[in-house]
Amino acid sequence: MGVLPWVAWYAFRRHTAYPLGLAAEAVTNTAFGFMRAWILVALWRERPALGGYDVADAVTFCFLTQALIGPVQIFGGMELTRRIRDGDVAIDLYRPVGLQGWWLADDLGRAAGALLLRGGLPPAVGALVFPLRLPGPSGAAAFAVSLVLAVVVGFGLRYLVALAVFWLHDDRGPAAVALVMSLFFSGMILPLVAFPGLLGEVARALPWAALVQVPADVFLGKRTGADLAAALAFQAGWAAVLLAAGRLLTAAARRRLVVHGG
Amino acid sequence: MIEVEGVTKSFTVRRRTGRFRWSRTRVRAVDGVSFRVEPGEFVGYLGPNGAGKSTTIKMLTGILSPSSGTVRVCGLDPSRQRTALARRLGVVFGQRTTLWWDLPLRDSLTLVRHLYRVEAAAFRSRLAELSALLELEPFLDTPVRQLSLGQRMRGDLAAALLHDPRLLVLDEPTIGLDVVSKATVRAFLERLNTERGTTVLLTTHDLGDIERLCRRVMIVDRGRLAYDGGLAGLRDAVGADRQLVVDLARPAPPIALPGVQAVRVDGPRQWLRLPREANAAAVVAAVAERFEVVDIALRETDIEELVTRLYGRARDDRAAGR
Repeated sequence: MGVLPWVAWYAFRRHTAYPLGLAAEAVTNTAFGFMRAWILVALWRERPALGGYDVADAVTFCFLTQALIGPVQIFGGMELTRRIRDGDVAIDLYRPVGLQGWWLADDLGRAAGALLLRGGLPPAVGALVFPLRLPGPSGAAAFAVSLVLAVVVGFGLRYLVALAVFWLHDDRGPAAVALVMSLFFSGMILPLVAFPGLLGEVARALPWAALVQVPADVFLGKRTGADLAAALAFQAGWAAVLLAAGRLLTAAARRRLVVHGG
Repeated sequence: MIEVEGVTKSFTVRRRTGRFRWSRTRVRAVDGVSFRVEPGEFVGYLGPNGAGKSTTIKMLTGILSPSSGTVRVCGLDPSRQRTALARRLGVVFGQRTTLWWDLPLRDSLTLVRHLYRVEAAAFRSRLAELSALLELEPFLDTPVRQLSLGQRMRGDLAAALLHDPRLLVLDEPTIGLDVVSKATVRAFLERLNTERGTTVLLTTHDLGDIERLCRRVMIVDRGRLAYDGGLAGLRDAVGADRQLVVDLARPAPPIALPGVQAVRVDGPRQWLRLPREANAAAVVAAVAERFEVVDIALRETDIEELVTRLYGRARDDRAAGR
């Protein structure tokens, strides 16, 4: 076995080292879930069957996506950014392992920890108040695959933002843009199925749709058969494109590298 | 073990020159440096801040590519064969850590084991050996964030040596350590070099490290090698004087002898500067003949003074265009 599964395992341990902090985040995600849910209920009562969802779909979507905030790191951010900014990336670049592979493994471990300690509470508490839809065994299995792909796409996007620091020396600009794109085009603010016309088509084709909208649709059973395969292929395609872009950008960063702080 | 030939590393620095204007300047962090380090050597690499020491280390480890010139480490080209080289090399960056902040030290070392593909049995015996030498046992199961700086540095040294590298590169490993921790680290490095034959390249600002450990020093200033040789040779290169500290029975006017100058007088104590070629015994005899002497001591110029003078001389040479 190579080192990367160990990196993922130790990342899982590292990111679950402070369970109380994660529990506090889960409580926050749950509270905001209720606010979003009431807004969506009001919207779907006015526009029943909007985007092919009913009220139960909408509130399930809401609490599920609240559960995904941690695993797909919807608000952005990555430890690598700080390490590039203050020069600790020298340690990462010296290791006998590729930079992107190392941080992908680390992110998968982090996502598993976030799913375990942050992902359960919002749907569990939401189910006490609202009628949530749950998938069958095959739907759950498809959702698991879709979730892993969502995490990889999320990593791919955040990794590119982190690498931008090699050129920009600061990530606040790209991070702010990435946050807006991520919140709006992932479906976190409003399910993308409710976006009208061309805007909806464009939003559903962008990589951010792979973070939240596609896994949620798979969970709700909206994508089955060939449509399910197309959904997973959509996510896998974006994951491949983003990882390839990350690989190219890593090589470019190595060539123009300036290690900050001696 | 290390072959560096005419290596230069340039960076582009952008400076704001107006509201919407920026100028670009090429800065040479390392400027035509050449040296060789043979197996088993313990070499100190010295220089003021910004001299190019860390940049050189990063080129030796494959993190940075040279702008021109050639680098070979353990027979490999670091920037092209970085992964293969990393398995033969141990590196400690004193201001950074390879350890995982939130995990116990033992977990970090276990991950390093997998990183360098160290066999389980070899790992156990190596960890036991390093634990004994670096006194790691009391804090092996403590999260790294709770370690003192000295403990963390010992942990970093163990992480760099778990795969038994032939070459150890240390970038300021004693920075910020207290005297006890420094002594532990120095004693360990000395044993590593003399008993295991590990080649060590050490950059430091702590000249105590150099005096204690290095048989050879290289001094770099503004990207250029200003000196390469032994410590004794450094005194000759700088033309360092010696000082004779004389305690007389009672205060006296400044002592004047041929070639000897009193540089300081404080009551009955006088500090006399002796040229390197002066016969110290003859000077002592001459002083004792003329004055009632209570005590006398001969002092060599200390290494800090030598290095400060060398930095100054290198700058003067640069200013004069030599």
